Amino acid sequence: MDKLTVITGVGVPLKRTNVDTDQIIPAEFLKRVTKTGFEDALFQRWRQDPEFVLNQPAFAQGTVLIAGLDFGTGSSREHAVWALRDYGFQAVIAPRFADIFRGNSGKQGLLTAVVPESVVEAIWAELDAAPGTEVTVNLVDRTVTCGSVISPFDIDDYTRWRLMEGLDDIGLTLRHEAAITEFETHRESWRPTTLPAR
Amino acid sequence: MNDSAPRTLAQKVWDAHRVVTGTNGEPDLIYIDLHLVHEVTSPQAFDGLRQAGRPVRRPDLTIATEDHNTPTLNITAQIADPVSRTQIETLRANAAEFGIRLHSLGDIEQGIVHVVGPQLGLTQPGITVVCGDSHTSTHGAFGAMAFGIGTSEVEHVLATQTLPLKPFKTMAINVEGTLRPGVSAKDIILAVIAKIGTGGGQGYVLEFRGSAIRALSMDGRMTICNMSIEAGARAGMVAPDDTTFAYLKGRAHAPHGAEWDAAVEYWRTLHTDEGAQFDAEVFIDADALEPFVTWGTNPGQGVSLSDNVPNPADITDPNERAAAERALEYMGLTAGQPMKSIPVDVVFMGSCTNSRIEDLRTFASIIKGKKLADGVQLLVVPGSARVRIEAEAEGIDTIVEEFGGEWRFAGCSMCLGMNPDQLTPGQRSASTSNRNFEGRQGKGGRTHLVSPQVAAATAIRGTLSSPWDLENGAN
Ligand code: SF4
Repeated sequence: MDKLTVITGVGVPLKRTNVDTDQIIPAEFLKRVTKTGFEDALFQRWRQDPEFVLNQPAFAQGTVLIAGLDFGTGSSREHAVWALRDYGFQAVIAPRFADIFRGNSGKQGLLTAVVPESVVEAIWAELDAAPGTEVTVNLVDRTVTCGSVISPFDIDDYTRWRLMEGLDDIGLTLRHEAAITEFETHRESWRPTTLPAR
Repeated sequence: MNDSAPRTLAQKVWDAHRVVTGTNGEPDLIYIDLHLVHEVTSPQAFDGLRQAGRPVRRPDLTIATEDHNTPTLNITAQIADPVSRTQIETLRANAAEFGIRLHSLGDIEQGIVHVVGPQLGLTQPGITVVCGDSHTSTHGAFGAMAFGIGTSEVEHVLATQTLPLKPFKTMAINVEGTLRPGVSAKDIILAVIAKIGTGGGQGYVLEFRGSAIRALSMDGRMTICNMSIEAGARAGMVAPDDTTFAYLKGRAHAPHGAEWDAAVEYWRTLHTDEGAQFDAEVFIDADALEPFVTWGTNPGQGVSLSDNVPNPADITDPNERAAAERALEYMGLTAGQPMKSIPVDVVFMGSCTNSRIEDLRTFASIIKGKKLADGVQLLVVPGSARVRIEAEAEGIDTIVEEFGGEWRFAGCSMCLGMNPDQLTPGQRSASTSNRNFEGRQGKGGRTHLVSPQVAAATAIRGTLSSPWDLENGAN
């Protein structure tokens, strides 16, 4: 995972609450065998509508999503995070997230920033007034900035530290690599191995 | 913890695999001895490794097989369903790229992942086993700590050969007494699940103990541990003993010579110490058990075959009552109807619960020389290509075919119908598999979980039947 400190990119207002993971990525895409290439599946149903925010040229290249209350509810599918990430989103700002979605995001390096509802509305207003405006999410000093709006955001210390260090779960475990290697040197020779084949 | 304090079997295996001890509520880091891989839950894990530029840390502790999507009729033709075909082709490409040994269709060690590990002698006492599959609990029959994991964890194990885990709680399931003829390991575990419920084992490792468990063969113990997950448990375990060692001796990946002796010496220490405390305990009287069958849509909704379909009105818990009502509706059953009056359309003899050689032998011994009931389809699906060949050497294929059944190639088959072996809407099966969820064996299909003995008797009579009905001549 890349280290995250400051993310700056076009803000995309998603003026909906209770965006569940089925809306983020419909079930039919779960049959795929890859972990990448889900950009086409993101908000697939909504994207049929030419008016949908991502279909508007000013927002199509967005990297920071600003959504309403309770983003990422429903099924635990990690694919929802993959789809957002593959589309190019690096951060989602919302007043509240579903727990599992937030956990999955942390694992995949997608920053989820919690701000008060009033801040979401203020950012939406900025983006309405000037579509294409950039939003900055600063993990170092925990602030979001968009035009004249500046607000602190919430993120737990552990996730913030992991994102700033660029550590996923595997990366964290690999900090113990010396201990793993040491453990392996004591592994009894009669314990099973799968190779050679016979 | 005091090192000399009495410990359970599960604690001993855990302690022997702790690479890092978690502090401040962090999980322990546990070493994984054996990682089993199949086509359904591995593709994203390999993709994740590729994305991060990571290798598989220990290809020599990893093994893959094709099972969920494989056809059981014509294994040389191209797989018709493109999704199934892609999953299998992806596994082949990933195994080649990451240097993992794969047993493909046509290979003698191809088959259901939980049948293949033990038959190769890879599943051994005191090891840790994981697989992206909930029925990994099967391997606990050898006194291993074996549990299913999700795809992110599959990637984690591929990359690090470890998992961050919090210790599980332990539950003793004491099964004392002697099973009557016709009653089997499957009936023990169905009775356990009916007793503690499908959530009763949540967060626990179940240790199956007692004289009835000691008397079981390895195949029987595997049946029991396989279905621990249906009680919600993380894993099931049986302490290894001479039965375990006799099963392993001489298998391809079992230790040999002096290594065998060293291993057995260690394996003999793998039992729960006198005075060790379990977090919970359950008692089952083996003498009282009868052949069991499920009537509903979860494995906890079961009764003895001699019973009637329960009346939801008699169930006090409102949620369970509602669930029973829904289940009867789906299953097309009426409260009070004798279980034995229920006709079936299909008998499925297979799955990682009951597709090993001993299961096939038991089944064949009952149907031998008899005729399949009119209008019933019988699928016999060995758990692995090796089991199929062994069975054929004993003439089991001929017995099945002369009976009127279909002798198929190895795989998961109708256990979950990811391949073409499926029930059609409304069809009813007696199945030796492990899940009777709505639509599990095909959309609208109705499943009754049974032992191989009950499956055989049912195939003969055409209605759900116990082997006792045959001996009594109550036809
Ligand atoms: S036989 Fe059934 S339960 Fe076993 S691994 Fe295959 S699909 Fe899963």
